Amino acid sequence: MELCGWGRYPRIDAQVSYPRSAAQCARSMGGAGSVVARGLGRSYGDSSLGPRVLDLRGLDHFLGFDQATGVLTCAGGVSLGDILRVFVPRGWFLPVTPGTRFVTVGGAIASDVHGKNHHVDGSFTDHVSGIELLLGNGERVAVSPTEAPELFHATCGGMGLTGVILSASLRLKPIRSGGIVETTIRAPDLDAVLAAFDDNAGASYSVAWIDCLARGRHLGRSLLMLGEHAADGPLAAPSATPWPVPFDLPAGLLNRATASAFNALFYGKALRERRTRRIPFARFFCPLDALADWNRLYGRPGFVQYQFVLPAAAGVAGLREVLGRIAASGRGSFLAVLKVFGPANAHHLSFPLAGYTLALDFKVEPEVLRLLDQLDRIVADHGGRLYLTKDARMSEATFKAGYPRWQEFESVRARYHAIGRFASTQSRRLGLQ
Amino acid sequence: MKKILIIGATSEIAEATARLWAAQGHRLALRGRDGERLRAIAVDLGIRGAGAVDTAPLDVNDFDAHADAIDAACRALDGIDIALIAHGTLGDQKACERDFRRALRELDTNAISVISLLTHLGNRFEAQRHGTIAVIGSVAGDRGRQSNYVYGAAKGAVAIFLQGLRNRLHAAGVQVLTIKPGFVDTRLTRSFAKGPLWVGPGRIAADIVSAIDGKADVVYTPFWWRYAMLAIRAIPERLFKTLRL
Repeated sequence: MELCGWGRYPRIDAQVSYPRSAAQCARSMGGAGSVVARGLGRSYGDSSLGPRVLDLRGLDHFLGFDQATGVLTCAGGVSLGDILRVFVPRGWFLPVTPGTRFVTVGGAIASDVHGKNHHVDGSFTDHVSGIELLLGNGERVAVSPTEAPELFHATCGGMGLTGVILSASLRLKPIRSGGIVETTIRAPDLDAVLAAFDDNAGASYSVAWIDCLARGRHLGRSLLMLGEHAADGPLAAPSATPWPVPFDLPAGLLNRATASAFNALFYGKALRERRTRRIPFARFFCPLDALADWNRLYGRPGFVQYQFVLPAAAGVAGLREVLGRIAASGRGSFLAVLKVFGPANAHHLSFPLAGYTLALDFKVEPEVLRLLDQLDRIVADHGGRLYLTKDARMSEATFKAGYPRWQEFESVRARYHAIGRFASTQSRRLGLQ
Repeated sequence: MKKILIIGATSEIAEATARLWAAQGHRLALRGRDGERLRAIAVDLGIRGAGAVDTAPLDVNDFDAHADAIDAACRALDGIDIALIAHGTLGDQKACERDFRRALRELDTNAISVISLLTHLGNRFEAQRHGTIAVIGSVAGDRGRQSNYVYGAAKGAVAIFLQGLRNRLHAAGVQVLTIKPGFVDTRLTRSFAKGPLWVGPGRIAADIVSAIDGKADVVYTPFWWRYAMLAIRAIPERLFKTLRL
């Protein structure tokens, strides 16, 4: 069947199996050749694509929960939304919440997803205490920071290329309310928003929406959003069903004029320099989840998301160069998200590192792909890298320059029977075995 | 807190329904063929909030085991308020046309086993004078079509049996609910091409729970199937027989 990632580019023909147990997973992997695991298909490009795909949404059971410590053990196909729905009413929250709750625990580990609290709490796998992994030879092994640690470090952020994540244990964090107290700060340019991030380094959550079409003295015009869990109030889980986008919008609808109007409106909405309000957590963490299938807004050709990180040392100059290039091209996106990361962790292919990350959407078209190649060079020159989970097009050279530990990753894969057993369209493009 | 028996508890619709009941804190007894999977589901439902979960394997085609199985479930739960019958197979119509033994097996699984279970449950509920018997049928049981009339005949037979049982148990104050899902994206239908009419098991589960709470007799899920099937049933047979459906 035809399969694609969230960006709907590229599309491939895949043979898909739907295991509902570990034993069925092992059976689906039988025979020669490689497979790739897939959860809810929210990686944007070709990370979960390949000729043979294991759709793991059927592995969706909770396996254990310790009331005293908040450690939840669940199968790899459980979605973060399901965890929130069950545990928020009991006063527990995800340690790290990415921009959508429609991802699986296995996918969150394989992508080592990050959230608005990276600067204080690190990424998702920093809160994972153990993983049960199905290796390429059919063996089931427990991995953790202390058991087979090198396999743990390769698996966290390893894009599913070390084995199938059957289950995992993660530490939930206690909350007293389902509400978030959100403070929005208006920043007129890039220096202002970076200074505001600095001033608010103690905030639990922070992220900025940046207007990529603003140029000249407005370059980097942003709204910085800070969040804290409310101290009291109802422990309510999201109940509203998302609004559907029932058909593909015409591909030309999202263009410079509409994006510019949207961004002007969005920026103008924050009338005052600083505003504080209380909102449900889902609206703070996953605003786009309110719209099911928002990826259809870009029309049939699909879109690519470009997310890079620049080390803090490259800082403002690098960011200014990238933003300048995008603004000059006039191909900015509705959503550009800027975030300051805390330090990197010990995983081989984990994306975050101490510095600045920016994420943008682009409609897929030849000029955009050329622009992204130029951006790749700027990012590489500043010692940065691209997020594999968003990627659909980076070159092998760009990948290897950005992820210098790729050889270490490959040697762990070789030792644990992954070579020739787990591969995606992306891993082949990036020159992994 | 209600005491709920689910037969065919490993089916995706049944499991999705059980999750909603678990979140409400009800006590559940799960029956199905795969004991290992039942135990995994039980642990999951316990974490989701179920008051207690009892499991035991049951092969629905072993008709002689039905009476004891229902007695045992009743003991485990200390009574039954709701019984949901959810098992079923979506057989290969073409294979059934070639080989009557295949057709008989489909009819046994989808109709005769259900009628046997309903006979035991009907008597028990009539005596206890309260509760709900809910059975998952199908819109396929509303009119025979060349693409799946063996399955449709089984579901249609169950629907008519349920009409009679509902009529009989009305006096005892027992709700008898016929659930008629349309296209549901489950592992039975994984290989089908999916159009916009397909919904996930979670949607069906929510409709089942609210139909039971609302004391309904027949529920089409999602609701638009009521009107779709009204239209399909209204087509004259003279015309219907010429259609490729």
